[in-house]
Amino acid sequence: MGKDTKLILDPLADNNPITIQVLGICSALAITAELEASIVMSISVLFVLGVGNVVISLMRNIIPSKIRIIVQLIVVATLVIIVDLVLKAFAYELSKTLSVFVGLIITNCIIMGRFEAFALGNGPWRSFLDGIGNSLGYAVILIIVGFFRELLGSGTLLGIKILGDPVAKTGLYAFGYENNGFMLLSPMALIVVGIIIWVQRSRNKALIED
Amino acid sequence: MEHIELFFKSIFIDNMVFATFLGMCSYLAVSKKVTTAVGLGAAVIFVLAITVPLNWLLDQFILQPGALSWLGAEYADYDLSFLSFIMFIATIATMVQLVEIIVEKFSPSLYNSLGIFLPLIAVNCAILGGSLFMQSREIATLGLATTYGIGSGIGWFLAILAIAAIREKIRYSNVPAPLRGLGITFIITGLMAIGFMSFGGMLTGGDEEGEALEDKSAQIETVQDKSTTNEIANNTKVID
Repeated sequence: MGKDTKLILDPLADNNPITIQVLGICSALAITAELEASIVMSISVLFVLGVGNVVISLMRNIIPSKIRIIVQLIVVATLVIIVDLVLKAFAYELSKTLSVFVGLIITNCIIMGRFEAFALGNGPWRSFLDGIGNSLGYAVILIIVGFFRELLGSGTLLGIKILGDPVAKTGLYAFGYENNGFMLLSPMALIVVGIIIWVQRSRNKALIED
Repeated sequence: MEHIELFFKSIFIDNMVFATFLGMCSYLAVSKKVTTAVGLGAAVIFVLAITVPLNWLLDQFILQPGALSWLGAEYADYDLSFLSFIMFIATIATMVQLVEIIVEKFSPSLYNSLGIFLPLIAVNCAILGGSLFMQSREIATLGLATTYGIGSGIGWFLAILAIAAIREKIRYSNVPAPLRGLGITFIITGLMAIGFMSFGGMLTGGDEEGEALEDKSAQIETVQDKSTTNEIANNTKVID
């Protein structure tokens, strides 16, 4: 496997930003009650991290190390303002659902973590690949969590009624199936991520702590 | 009264960690020992208590649509709210730098044990989240903003203290190997969040939606009360 492919593929599983590096948990949990919100959030992070990593990597030799956090924050904040304005213009309803969590991409630890750990020490192209890889790893977890929470919680995917109509009692509901409203509440996101970590570490024993 | 209500609401009902998942990264990373958790929690309370009112002033007098009217009538149309992210994060980064200097001077041991995490308060979502929620919930006065900041900080402090205490104890338990460390922490946090949801019935009053919900929950509560009294009655019979 080439070095560049490794940069993209590693964060998808064995070095996943959420389950292994413990970065960017906040937004991963708060907005995953619907699959659509998870996908939009992933795309926003993909944009911010991809572009941000390149910008920081280009500036890495001229940023004084003492004020680098403020410089990084300004770069991210600018990119996030762009994302926020675009969302407000083209997907207003969705931007209401995401509310402050678009703004919180600024303090998403994935972004700062990758800037610090990678972009400050590597060239633009490799940093770009690293950004894409890590945001894809983030997206994988978000989409898995969003998928299960929306499917089990409201019986829909992307708003389409997969399991039938709960009011008219069609599809699965005709057999007495009920939506588990509990899945829509925020604590279940934590438990779903906990289970993902469990499955992942059972399959790959090298990741077990202690 | 308003202050007390907001204070308890921000500690328990809208708890930063359990209701909105803010500040999870440092919550998970620094909660291995109670002493470091206390230090970081105190720093978060302090920074939130300063930055939320400061950002409230910025929001009221610079950022909101029409907020610049104190400069003169020709500025009344300006709407700078798209700048809030940059303004808030700049305030926060400055304040964190200040806290870092103060802690380094007065408590070198705390400074050493917090290590890398002190500068990372700047990127703690709880801090920026506090300011953004303050803006989106339209908190009315400077005093209320301060109360909100302190309350949210204490809520975060309680959360990290609780999880640190649990993690110190759980080291002696026989957790399945793949769940050890991060996995079990996630699941415990989920269970604690479910526990914290029970505080939701603590406040009365508010908007119509809230009242309707309260009616329902009141009914449920009375039903539960009946069932619990029945259970207690049954239990006592069994004991008899």
